[in-house]
Amino acid sequence: MTWIFTFFQSSIGKKILMATTGILLSLFLATHLLGNLMLFGGAEMFNNYVHSLANMKPVVRFAEVILTLLFLAHIISGIRVTLENKRAKSISYKISPGPETTKLHSRSMAISGSIVFIFLVFHLQTFWYSFQNMHSADADFYDVVINSKVGYNNPLIAGFYILALLLLALHLRHGFQSAFQTFGVGDSRYKSLIETVAVFFWLVIPLGFISIPVYFGFIK
Amino acid sequence: MTLNSKIPEGSVSQKWTNHKFGIKLVNPANKRKYDVIVVGTGLAGGAAAATMAELGYNVKAFSYHESPRRAHSIAAQGGINAAKNYPNDGDSIYRLFYDTVKGGDYRARESNVYRLAEVSNHIIDQCVAQGVPFAREYGGLLDNRSFGGAQVSRTFYARGQTGQQLLLGVYSSLVRQMNTGKVEFFPRHDMLDVVKVDGKARGIITRNLVTGEITSHSAHAVILATGGYGNVFYLSTNAMASNVTASWRAHKQGAYFANPCFTQIHPTCIPVSSDQQSKLTLMSESLRNDGRVWVPKKQGDDRNPKDISEDERDYYLERLYPSFGNLVPRDVASRRAKEMCDKGHGVGPTKLAVYLDFEDVMQRNGKDWVSEKYGNLFDMYKQITGENPYETPMKIYPAVHYTMGGLWVDYNLMSTVPGLHILGEANFSDHGANRLGASALMQGLADGYFIIPYTIGDYLARGGLQDINSSHEAFKTAEKNIQTNLEKMMAIKGTKTVDDIHKELGKIMWEYVGMARNKEGLNKALDLIPQLREEFWSNVSIPGGLNEFNPELEKASRLADFLELGELMARDALNREESCGGHFREEYQTSENEAKRNDNDFAYVAAWEFKGANNKPELHKEDLIFDEVGLTTRSYK
Amino acid sequence: MKITVQAWRQSSPTSAGEFVSYPVDNVSEDMSFFEMMDKLNNNLIRQGKDPISFDHDCREGICGTCGIMINGRAHGPLKGVTSCQLHMRSFKDGETLVVEPWRANSFPVIRDLVVDRSSFDRVMESGGYVSVNTGGVPDANATPILKNDVDLAFDAAACIGCGACVATCKNSSAMLFVGAKVTQYALLPQGQVERKNRVSNMVAQMDIEGFGNCTNTSACEVECPKEISVENIARLNREFLKASF
Ligand SMILES: Cc1cc2nc3c(=O)[nH]c(=O)nc-3n(C[C@H](O)[C@H](O)[C@H](O)COP(=O)(O)OP(=O)(O)OC[C@H]3O[C@@H](n4cnc5c(N)ncnc54)[C@H](O)[C@@H]3O)c2cc1C
Ligand code: HEM
Ligand code: SF4
Ligand code: FES
Repeated sequence: MTWIFTFFQSSIGKKILMATTGILLSLFLATHLLGNLMLFGGAEMFNNYVHSLANMKPVVRFAEVILTLLFLAHIISGIRVTLENKRAKSISYKISPGPETTKLHSRSMAISGSIVFIFLVFHLQTFWYSFQNMHSADADFYDVVINSKVGYNNPLIAGFYILALLLLALHLRHGFQSAFQTFGVGDSRYKSLIETVAVFFWLVIPLGFISIPVYFGFIK
Repeated sequence: MTLNSKIPEGSVSQKWTNHKFGIKLVNPANKRKYDVIVVGTGLAGGAAAATMAELGYNVKAFSYHESPRRAHSIAAQGGINAAKNYPNDGDSIYRLFYDTVKGGDYRARESNVYRLAEVSNHIIDQCVAQGVPFAREYGGLLDNRSFGGAQVSRTFYARGQTGQQLLLGVYSSLVRQMNTGKVEFFPRHDMLDVVKVDGKARGIITRNLVTGEITSHSAHAVILATGGYGNVFYLSTNAMASNVTASWRAHKQGAYFANPCFTQIHPTCIPVSSDQQSKLTLMSESLRNDGRVWVPKKQGDDRNPKDISEDERDYYLERLYPSFGNLVPRDVASRRAKEMCDKGHGVGPTKLAVYLDFEDVMQRNGKDWVSEKYGNLFDMYKQITGENPYETPMKIYPAVHYTMGGLWVDYNLMSTVPGLHILGEANFSDHGANRLGASALMQGLADGYFIIPYTIGDYLARGGLQDINSSHEAFKTAEKNIQTNLEKMMAIKGTKTVDDIHKELGKIMWEYVGMARNKEGLNKALDLIPQLREEFWSNVSIPGGLNEFNPELEKASRLADFLELGELMARDALNREESCGGHFREEYQTSENEAKRNDNDFAYVAAWEFKGANNKPELHKEDLIFDEVGLTTRSYK
Repeated sequence: MKITVQAWRQSSPTSAGEFVSYPVDNVSEDMSFFEMMDKLNNNLIRQGKDPISFDHDCREGICGTCGIMINGRAHGPLKGVTSCQLHMRSFKDGETLVVEPWRANSFPVIRDLVVDRSSFDRVMESGGYVSVNTGGVPDANATPILKNDVDLAFDAAACIGCGACVATCKNSSAMLFVGAKVTQYALLPQGQVERKNRVSNMVAQMDIEGFGNCTNTSACEVECPKEISVENIARLNREFLKASF
C-alpha cells in the first residue's frame, strides 16, 4: 500500500488527486444545476423535487458524504499545492511575468477557488442547513430560496451569487481542460474535443446557475 | 628529445588491430585501483570519462562549464561523418581515410587517420544506442547527406543540432556514471596547471570559479580534452569561453605544441557589424550550394545591391574556378573574399563583406523552394542582422572557426609528458592543415569512446607509478605558483580592460597571422605581440577579488595564455615556408594565386618545445610518411 | 540609442541583493543585448566598479548557458529565442530594462544574474539516459524507427536546459524540462527497457530538488526558446501514471 501513499505524495500524484476530484465536482455541479432549474417551474415543482430528495435520505446522505470528501480532498490538496508552489519561488520578480505568458484564469486558481469556497460555506449555511430543519410535509423550500431574507430576490444576495459563479466559471475555464492535461490526454488530437466539452462545463453550467439569481433577483 | 610517434607495425589497415592486441591490459579487478583525471567534458572528454568509468576506473572530470551538458561541442550544426556506406554510393573506410588525408593537404599522420575512419562506424552505432535522434528516412533507416570535400553522402545529422544531440548523448552516459559514483564531476572548475611527479603527469591544479579556491587533484594519469584555441583571434565562431589555458599550461610543463599556425577560416559567417562585436556566427556552408557570391566591379560602390546591374557585378568564384564555382573548399573561398575586400570591393558599412545572392535560385525554383531548404538559416540571418535575405542579398565574411593545431600526441594520444593524454580539438589531431566538414565531431568521439579507453590501459599497466596523493610537495609548489601569478595579475590595477587588450590581440592576429600571411607581417606580429603582453602585465585592470566568482579574472587568466600562444603561432607560420590547407603564405603561391605546398621541405609536423618564458621555443620535426596516399596538388579549376 | 539597465546586484549566494540602475549611451541597434551588457561592464570596470556577472557562452542560442529575465520576460520579449540572440533593435530608445536572475529556489543565485542550475543535472542523473556501455551495441540501422516518432522525439530532445521554463513558471515547476527528456526516450525503442523506472525516478528527484507542482499555466511553452510543447508535460503525466499503476 505504500505505493499509493508515495504516488499521492508526488507532485504529479497530488495533481491527479486535484484533477479527479475537480472533475467529479464538476459532474456534481451539472446534476445540481438540473435540480435548481426547477425553480423556474414554480414553487410546486421545486418543492416536490426537494421532497422527493428528502424521501431518499440514505442515498442523499451517502452522496453528501462523498461530496464532502471530494471537496475536502480538493481543497486540502489545493492549499498544499499552492503553498508548496509559493515556497518553490520564495523571491518573486520585480516585474512579474504577466499576460504575455499566462491567462488570468490560469494564474488565479487559488483565489477563484478560495472565493468559491467562502461562497460555498455561506451557501450551505443558508440553504442546506435551513432545509435540514424543515421536516414537515408542506415545508416551502421555494419560499426560502426565493423570498426569504437570504433568498434570491435580495439583489445583494443575488449579486454575491453571480460574482461567485463568475469566479467558478473562471476556475473551470482553466480547471476543466487542465485536468485532462494532468491525466495525460493533452495531445493535439484530443485538444479540440476537450476544449469543446469544456465550454459546457465552464461556460454553460455557470451561466445556468447565474440565470437563477439574475431572473429572481433582478428581472422578476 | 626525439619524437616517437609509436606508429604500430603492419599495413595501415592492420595497425590498430595489431596494436590493440599488442598493448598491455589492466585486469578488470585492478581498474578500480586507478584514478584518472579528465579535464574537459565536451564530446571528447565526456566520452572518455564515461567510457573509462564503465570500464571500472575512478574518474574525476572537470569543466569550467556549469554542467557537462554544456561545451563548445554543442554548437556544431552540420553533422558527423562515418564510413557506413548506407547510401551504397561507394564509400568505405579507405575512402574516408583517403579523403581526410587529402583534405588535410597531406599534413596529417596516415596511421591515425586510418584508425579514425575505422572506428567512425562504431560511433554512429553507439550514439543510436544512446537514443540520439539522428535524421531518418520514411523507411525508418538513417539518413545521410553530403558535405564539403567529399563525393559521397556520409554525413549523419540531427537537424541543425548535431553537436548538441551528440553531446547530450555523451552527457547521458556521463550522468549515468555520475549516478553510480564512478565519475565525480567538478563543475565550474578551471584547470590552471598540470602537476608532474617523477616527470610523469600525476594531477592538476584547479580554481573553483564560484569560491576562488585553489585545489590540487592527484591521479595516475591525466587527460586533457579542452577544445580549440580559435579565440586567440578574439572574434571567432567559438563559444565565448573557449580558450587555450589547459593546453598552454601543459605546454609549459613539457608537452610539445604541434602546428599551432594551422587555423581554419570558415567562409560563410555573418560579418562584423560594430566594434562592440563579441562573437561571429557561422551560417551553414550548405548555403553555397545555391547562393552566388559576388562583389561590385567598381571599388567602393555603395549603391543598393538591387541597383547594381549584372554586368557591374563580379561573380569572382565562378570567374576564377569555372568547374567548382561557388563550391570551392573553405580555405579558397575565404581567401578570395578577403582578397576582394582588400582590393576595395567589399560591401556593407564596414566594407568587410561580400554578397551571397539567392536571387537566381529564387527565380528558378521559387521562394518556397528556398525557404523549405534554407528557411531556418534565413531566419537566423534576419534575427541577427535585421535584414531580410529574401529581399536583399546576404552579406558574408570569413571567420576563424577551428584550430587544427594543438598539443602533439603519439599514436596512443599521449603527449610528450608521460601520462598526459590529449583528445579532441585540443590535440594536433588527424586533420593536417585543413579539416573537412563533419570530421571534428567524429574525431572527438573516436578519441573519447574508442581510442583512449584502450591506450590508457597500456600506460597504466606498465606501472612504475609512485604511490602519491595531492599533499605531495609538487602540488604544494604548483598551488603556490598559481596563487602568486593570480595575485600578481589582480595587483596591476591598470587602465585597460581585459576585453580592450584581447581585441587588440585579435586585430594583430587577424591582420598578420590570419587568412593570408607573409614574412614581413609575421615578423611584425612577433614584434607587436610581446609588446601587447607587456602592456597586459603592466596595465590591465581586473575588478573584484580572488576569492569570489569573478568572470573578469577568468578572462584575464585566459588572455595571458593567448598572449603567449599568439607569438608561437606567428613563429610557426613564419617557419612554415609553404602554403598548405588553412595556412597560406603569400610568398608561396602559384601564378594563379593558389597555395603552393612544399613537400620536400615541409612534409613534417612542427612540434614546439617550451624553453622558458624569455627563450625561443625549440622546433622538433616529426616527418610524415605517406605510404598509402600519393601526394598530389589540389585543383578546383 | 540610450538605454537604462536596472540590474539585480548580489555579490554572493548568501548576501542580500538590490537593484541598481545604470545608464548606457551610444547603444547601436545592431548590438546584441549581451554586447550592450559588455559595453556597460567595460564602462563599469573603467570607473573602478564591479561589472555585472551573467552567464553566457555560445551566444548563438544553442548552449543553454544564458538566461536573463528582462522586463518580466524570460529571455526577453521575443518568441523562440534565447537572451543571447536578442538584439537591441528589439528595444526602444530611452527604454529601461529591468534585468533579473532566474528566480526559483531550486536555482539559487551565485552572483548577480548567475544562478546554479545543477538541480537539472541531478534530475538527469536519476534516470535521463539509456543504460548502454560503450561498444557491443547493435548496428545503427538494425532497428528502423518510424520517422514521425524520431521527429517528435527530436522536438523534445531540442531542449537546451536553459531553465527558462522554471524561471517563468509561477510555481517554479520543471515539468517541461523533465517532460521533454522523458518523451524523447519514451518515443524511441532504445528507451523502452527502462521506461517505467526512468519516469518514476526522474519525477522523484524533481520533487526532491524542490521544483513546484505544475498547474498547467503553459507559461513555459510560451517562453521556451526551443518552443518545446506542453504536450510533453501531458506525456510525462501519462508515463508517470502508467509507471505507477
Ligand atoms: C560554429 C561551429 C560549428 C561546427 N560544426 C561542426 C560540424 O558540423 N561538424 C563537425 O564535425 N565539427 C564541427 N565543428 C567543430 C567541433 O564542434 C569541435 O571541434 C569539437 O566539438 C570540439 O570538441 P572537444 O570535445 O574537443 O572540445 P569542446 O567541446 O570545446 O570541449 C572543451 C571542454 O573542455 C573544458 N575546458 C577547457 N579548458 C578547460 C580548463 N582550463 N579547465 C577546465 N575545463 C576546461 C570545457 O569546459 C569543455 O567542457 C564546429 C565548430 C564550430 C565553432
Ligand atoms: C465546485 C467547486 C469546484 C470545482 C468544480 C473545481 C474544479 C477544479 C478542477 C477541474 C481543477 C483542475 C485540476 C487540474 O488542473 O488538474 C481544479 C483545480 C484547483 N482548484 Fe478547484 N474546483 C472547485 C472548488 C475549489 C475550491 C473551493 C478551491 C479552494 C481552495 C479550489 C482550489 C483549486 C486549486 C488551488 C486548484 C489547482 C490549481 C490548478 O491546478 O491550476 N477549487 N479545480
Ligand atoms: S524546456 Fe525549454 S525553457 Fe525549459 S530548459 Fe528546455 S529549452 Fe529551456
Ligand atoms: S549563450 Fe548559449 S544559448 Fe545563449
